[in-house]
Amino acid sequence: MSAYAAIVRRDARVAMRRLGEAANPLLFFLIVTTLFPLALSPSADELREVGVGVLWVSTLLSSLLALEGLFRSDADDGSLEQLLLSPVPITVTVLAKITAHWLITILPLIALVPVLALSYSMPLSALPIMLAALVLATPTLSVLIAIGAALTVSLRRGGTIVGLLVLPLTAPLLIFGTRATDFGLHDEPVAGPLYLLAAFAAFALALGPLAIGAALRVGVE
Amino acid sequence: MMEFLRMGGEAAYVWSAYGITLAVVLFNVWWARWTHHQALERARASSSQSRAPRKPTVRHVE
Amino acid sequence: MRLPRWFHLLGSPPFVYGLAGRLVPWLGTIAIVLLLVGAYWGLAVAPPDRVQGEVYRIIFLHPQVAYISMMAYVVMAVSAGIGFIWRIKLAHAVAVTAAPIGTTFTVCALATGAIWGRPTWGTFWQWTDPRIMSETLLLFLFLSYLALRAAFEDRDKADRVSAILAVVGVVNVPIIHYSVIWWNSLHQGPSFMKLDKPSIAPEMLPPFLIMIAAFTVCFYWLLLNGLRGQIVERERDTRWVRQLVEGREA
Repeated sequence: MSAYAAIVRRDARVAMRRLGEAANPLLFFLIVTTLFPLALSPSADELREVGVGVLWVSTLLSSLLALEGLFRSDADDGSLEQLLLSPVPITVTVLAKITAHWLITILPLIALVPVLALSYSMPLSALPIMLAALVLATPTLSVLIAIGAALTVSLRRGGTIVGLLVLPLTAPLLIFGTRATDFGLHDEPVAGPLYLLAAFAAFALALGPLAIGAALRVGVE
Repeated sequence: MMEFLRMGGEAAYVWSAYGITLAVVLFNVWWARWTHHQALERARASSSQSRAPRKPTVRHVE
Repeated sequence: MRLPRWFHLLGSPPFVYGLAGRLVPWLGTIAIVLLLVGAYWGLAVAPPDRVQGEVYRIIFLHPQVAYISMMAYVVMAVSAGIGFIWRIKLAHAVAVTAAPIGTTFTVCALATGAIWGRPTWGTFWQWTDPRIMSETLLLFLFLSYLALRAAFEDRDKADRVSAILAVVGVVNVPIIHYSVIWWNSLHQGPSFMKLDKPSIAPEMLPPFLIMIAAFTVCFYWLLLNGLRGQIVERERDTRWVRQLVEGREA
């Protein structure tokens, strides 16, 4: 089995053991998307229009919660240094960890979105586009949050700052993701934004791990 | 002159904009001077510290 | 390949300290003169605008300051990147010096933009304006750089970690910029939202350009000025700084 697959399996297995922890971002997502209608008191039409933005921002914040500690447990027990020293390139390791966490925490979140979208009076027809946009945007999102996690890995209270570091960088994802969903909602062509999200993902997955590896090296010394 | 200061009635906007910009530039000038001064002070302090006679670290053992 | 001598000298803190010290008075004088000339020309000599009246005179401040704020981020990111790759301490010193200058200029750009927006658009803040959004995100990028630096006690670590952040940020800046412009193009709703700055009449062009030059020189003046303090701080325990400090006391 390739090193990549091995690390994905190992990380996934570890995360499954702490299913409660893995569920936290999911619960956060549910709570936040419940709070918005409470705060806004919108009509069904307003809810539909606001729903796109609310669901995307909630996804962003929940993912932040899920991934900001990506390297912390490995840093704490010393396995991070081992990973950096191993013959497996750190970029592969990093991609594997991001994949594992995306599968365990982000994918379930995306799976919940249709249910919440319906609660926001969004038509069924809008869902495929929204899901496609989320599937394309979340890998980039994961890479960006992982960069923040790597930069702060040696800090005691690093988690609090990751949001500040990473969220401004997610603006393009938010823009194209919400607009794609919106276009889907109004039967307008979605190819443009979706292709761009895919391009961002390719770019981030190719180059992000380099930055993450460099940041981890600095953090560990 | 008064007409110049009044800026066609929109004096508040024009002068506050120019004022803020001036303030930002002056702040940066001050900040550079201040940090330079602070650095020199700290260097002076650590320099004189190393020059001052130190008490011997060995104590007599009874 | 033999590198020219000045290349190596640029990596020497005492040399750069001295060089900056000699350049600063010149840059300062040029900057002040250009700023005064540009401001006077823009305020007193250039005629009022047909559409915006006197308020348009902010055009001699706002675009220039905004442009410098972006340039400051690039300077910061490039020097931080150079410091990271080639382990040149002075490059990190430049990055650290550029950060507060860039941050304050970004705040200034947003403030002057808002002041300009009130009489022209009718509102101080227009979330859907791409330039406001770009500049605001740039402010967050600067603030996150400063916050990350502040979180580390070890200066070397702070240098290198924030260098990575700066490089990641600078790659994102054009992406953010064009994303926001595209996003705004979808909102061509009521015409009062348009970011119509007056097209530059020939009488207004000279002060506009002078102010670009003025703020650019001003930035480098501030940069070299601040760099000296950074150098002394980083080199505090070296012999040349001790001699410098004792020389001053004498």
